[in-house]
Amino acid sequence: MNTCYHKTNFTKIASRDFIKDNKSTHNLLIYTLYKVIEILSNDENHTKLKELFSRFNVNLGDSVIIETDNAKHEGILIPRYEYADVNHLVLKLKNGYNIGINLGKIKNIKKSLDKLDQIIIDPNVNFTEGDKSRDYADSQLSNLSLLSTGGTISSKIDYRTGGVMPALTAKELNDSIPELKKIANIDPEVVLSEYSENIRPEHWTLMTKRIADNVLSGKYDGIIISHGTDTMHYTAAALSFALQNLPIPVVLVGAQRSSDRPSSDASTNLIGACTFASKSKFAGVFVAMHHTLSDEVIACHVGTRVRKNHTSRRDAFHSIDISPFALVRKDQIELCEQFTDLKFNERCTNLENFIVRSNFDDKVMLLKFYPGFDCNIIDYCVQKGSRAIVLEGTGLGHINKECFEQIQTAVKNGIFVFMTSQCIWGKTSLTVYDTGRDLLEIGVIPLSNTTSETALVKVMWCLGNFEDKEVAKIMTSNIANEFTNRIITA
Amino acid sequence: MGFCSIVIALVNNDAPNQNKHKVGLEIHQQLDSNNKLFCNCKIVDSPEYDFTFKRILHPTQSEMGSYDQAAVFESKKIKTVKYLSSKNSNCLIESDEEPPEMVNTEALDLVLTISLALHCTIEDELHVMRKIVIDGSNTTGFQRTILVARNGYLDVDGVRVGIQSICLEEDAARIINEQKDAARIINEQKDDTVDTKIFALDRLGIPLIEIALDPISNTPMFVTNVAQTIGRLLRATKKVTRGLGSIRQDVNISTNGGAVVEVKGVQQLSQLALVIEYETKRQDGLNQIAQELHNRKIHESAFIGNIIDVTDFMQQSNSKIVKKILSGDSRFMALVLREFHGMLSFEPYQGIRLGKELGEVAKSYGIGGIFHSDELPNYGITGEDVKSLASILKVDKNDAFVLVGGPSVLLNSVISELTNRIKKAFSGVVAETRSVRLDGVTVFSRPRPGSSRMYPETDIPYISINENRLKELSKHIPLPWNEVIDQLCKKYPINRTLAENIFDSQYFSLFEKIARHTSINPSFIISKLTEDFVRLERQGYDCSILTQNDLFYLFEQLDKSRISKESIPIILEKLLRNEGSSVNEIIGTLGSEGFTEDDIDGIIKKVIEENHKIISQKGMDSIGLLMGRCMSILRGKVDGEKINKQLVTRLTEHLNKS
Repeated sequence: MNTCYHKTNFTKIASRDFIKDNKSTHNLLIYTLYKVIEILSNDENHTKLKELFSRFNVNLGDSVIIETDNAKHEGILIPRYEYADVNHLVLKLKNGYNIGINLGKIKNIKKSLDKLDQIIIDPNVNFTEGDKSRDYADSQLSNLSLLSTGGTISSKIDYRTGGVMPALTAKELNDSIPELKKIANIDPEVVLSEYSENIRPEHWTLMTKRIADNVLSGKYDGIIISHGTDTMHYTAAALSFALQNLPIPVVLVGAQRSSDRPSSDASTNLIGACTFASKSKFAGVFVAMHHTLSDEVIACHVGTRVRKNHTSRRDAFHSIDISPFALVRKDQIELCEQFTDLKFNERCTNLENFIVRSNFDDKVMLLKFYPGFDCNIIDYCVQKGSRAIVLEGTGLGHINKECFEQIQTAVKNGIFVFMTSQCIWGKTSLTVYDTGRDLLEIGVIPLSNTTSETALVKVMWCLGNFEDKEVAKIMTSNIANEFTNRIITA
Repeated sequence: MGFCSIVIALVNNDAPNQNKHKVGLEIHQQLDSNNKLFCNCKIVDSPEYDFTFKRILHPTQSEMGSYDQAAVFESKKIKTVKYLSSKNSNCLIESDEEPPEMVNTEALDLVLTISLALHCTIEDELHVMRKIVIDGSNTTGFQRTILVARNGYLDVDGVRVGIQSICLEEDAARIINEQKDAARIINEQKDDTVDTKIFALDRLGIPLIEIALDPISNTPMFVTNVAQTIGRLLRATKKVTRGLGSIRQDVNISTNGGAVVEVKGVQQLSQLALVIEYETKRQDGLNQIAQELHNRKIHESAFIGNIIDVTDFMQQSNSKIVKKILSGDSRFMALVLREFHGMLSFEPYQGIRLGKELGEVAKSYGIGGIFHSDELPNYGITGEDVKSLASILKVDKNDAFVLVGGPSVLLNSVISELTNRIKKAFSGVVAETRSVRLDGVTVFSRPRPGSSRMYPETDIPYISINENRLKELSKHIPLPWNEVIDQLCKKYPINRTLAENIFDSQYFSLFEKIARHTSINPSFIISKLTEDFVRLERQGYDCSILTQNDLFYLFEQLDKSRISKESIPIILEKLLRNEGSSVNEIIGTLGSEGFTEDDIDGIIKKVIEENHKIISQKGMDSIGLLMGRCMSILRGKVDGEKINKQLVTRLTEHLNKS
């Protein structure tokens, strides 16, 4: 559950390579955003610093005294962000402040006898790798599976050892968010360690399979997926199509503020997601995030109707053309008034109807039309072997008539062309203006109020699991609430 | 709006029983910048709050993997924090809904300039840090702070005082008293539980400079001088804010290399000496208590006896206080202290007792306090009650016990904090943060935070400081205070005392504005803004409610001769007594409006006529009496000088006629 904040600064030094090498990944839910020693040893930019360290025989994490032209600095050597300039080193002073010291001014570095780190570090609170078994299991509570796909629920930096792998067991999860142990017994498991923008359709397949396994095991009352927020709504849509007639709820959850800040929304979102997953009367795929700016109410959105509508706010996720499916307020679930307009199965134990279709074909283009749009892009898609194009048209679903010829060519080549609207809210309607009627004539298939993101995912899923002749029919059928039959005025 | 925080380190000299304290000052001052430190919001005073939201804060680990004890302590106490935000002074950044912008360069340049003025070594590269504070005063759960410079000095009365460090920080949110500020809160849902803390966000993010000094071996008077000197240096930049209520001073005190006590909330320099005096006494008292524990051979590891729930017994008590405590979902716990008889009320100095310290710890959880056996029977708990309790708790005559009553959810934390506190009493002074009352008495608020609360601000890149920037800034080092005062004397012109008074006052910028826009005598403006305000404060008025706009308007009216000089204090008093909603309204009620020259002349003529007998006897000498009569009618409405002049003219005419 990385945030957009963190990413901007730490993409380059995220520790995912480190994770791959680490044997403890099987029960690693939470990992640090920092990769410490590796930054220096792998990065040619910091050779100056490396040379300096070897000259004075010191290492990151050492307590040192640094003598410069005009001063003596005492502290702990701390790693430097990779993107920062190469002319300084970072020292953590006794008072906890970090400063940068210009390498050119350094006359001498010697190890300090003062064991600063021993004073600062309290061994009792360090995460340790533990037993995966649920030592807190309570038979009265429901059982949830928590699958982590990336981002962080809890992160910390350990500059001494060079990047910690805080392996998170059920116990440790409960220790860091104590409210959870009153809600459910949770089995954490790492499926992926990817930032949300690096998620690809094959990752959806992987997640689908893992969820299906856990559903079929019959052990769980609900499944939680922790996910980076940027593409969480694409994944939610993918799972909504791939996992049909789910017997239990599958709830995606993320955080807009990283968990290294006391104000993080990670724990409130996770508590809300777990509450919903354990208690919801309905099964299906949902996204649980803040409903407002307050840490009070968590909104559970329908997986195909949700969209990230803000770069940074906690309440960035909105349901499009409908209210959220449910609101979680403390331990209570309030269903939205409109839920009768939606198709959801009640929670059950019967696995007979559960269908898994986990393939996705990514030969699909999502094209946003705009004034000045180059119609040749459509030709390019044809040449590149795209099997379908989802157009994000203007207004009711229009694009400039100059592109009609290229669209016609695409359709003639057997490429599916779908129309959604870039307006985000509202349905397409290609019968109102002649532009729309012409597009229908050419063979463009309008997708009503399916969001363009959901439409894209649905086409990938259709192409991955069905014969071409079925695609048009499935695309215009309501599979997972991607169409709403009415949009209310409120 | 400046504020000042003061750190006092108190060190025992080699000579026993003779405390010679060392005092380190920490000055905090708000910077007068266009924008906040990490966003583009303007700094606006006292806006209305149009949006509220609630948050829950969790303690997080430091960079080194440990939790800060102050943060953990706070997190046990508070559940929900409510924030009031205003569109005038807040954006998504203060709500922690958007990453911070880059550091405000205007503020950074000012701090660099002040660092140069104080002969500090500027760090080569600045790192924004997060100082974890989860008492709710920051929406993020941390205060952003940057160490800018270290190792400087300043000279005060010929003594050199070292500067430890200079930081640039963001100010915290302001805690709100819901009753008092109710009128300013709009669009609010009233669903709060009693324990919800409320903060307003208008102050959050305003840039602050923090100057920490080396410990000083000198008198409290000298310490006060140092604080004043730094304050004046800061004001000499003319880029710091001034104002009452914005001066917050913290005092750190440690005895003989022992635990450091940080006293927060010293509002005025005049309190400083009181705080030093009280803390010196308290810390010495705590050391004597530790000595007494040692003398009594009480075992540090074995003094804790039974911890028993005595709710059932306490429910039968007739004590009103006990009944009140037990009215909700509350319980009473008793903690037995072996061999402690008399220790809780042992009082090396008046008011310095272990029992009182424990009471303060309990109060910090919002619990009324504690009862202990050394002070019982009392508070409606009878001697019989005490006897019964003693047998329930199986205490003997050498033991003591403590009773704590309060909400069940809190009691375990309180008991464990109380036992902690008693354990620490064996080593004397305890590292903690204390708040201060006006009389200098300090009260426990939370454990003292340590370096574990620092975490790098990962959203903001490092800031490298180059020599050219410093060279440029060194041209703007403020003039020494003396020279600033000299300049003021020449500019207006005013005498030195007036110049010093107005320059140290929060009304300096208002004074300059009035002097610039009106033709009123500068000395007169200063005497009103300084002496009159001091007098009104002494009479018990709260002058901070007068806005700069009101005051400026008042002087403008004087400049337009709509009111007289004499009426200014009258109008001010009426404003302070809330006898009118605006300056304009109060001027209206005074009736000075409509007094034309003719009216005044008419009144003077009438007075002369009425007193013609006396005039005929005394001649020109009757002027005093006549003036008195005129003033009884026109006081506060027309300038006395003007009346006097007109009276002299009319009287002379009258005498000439007769």
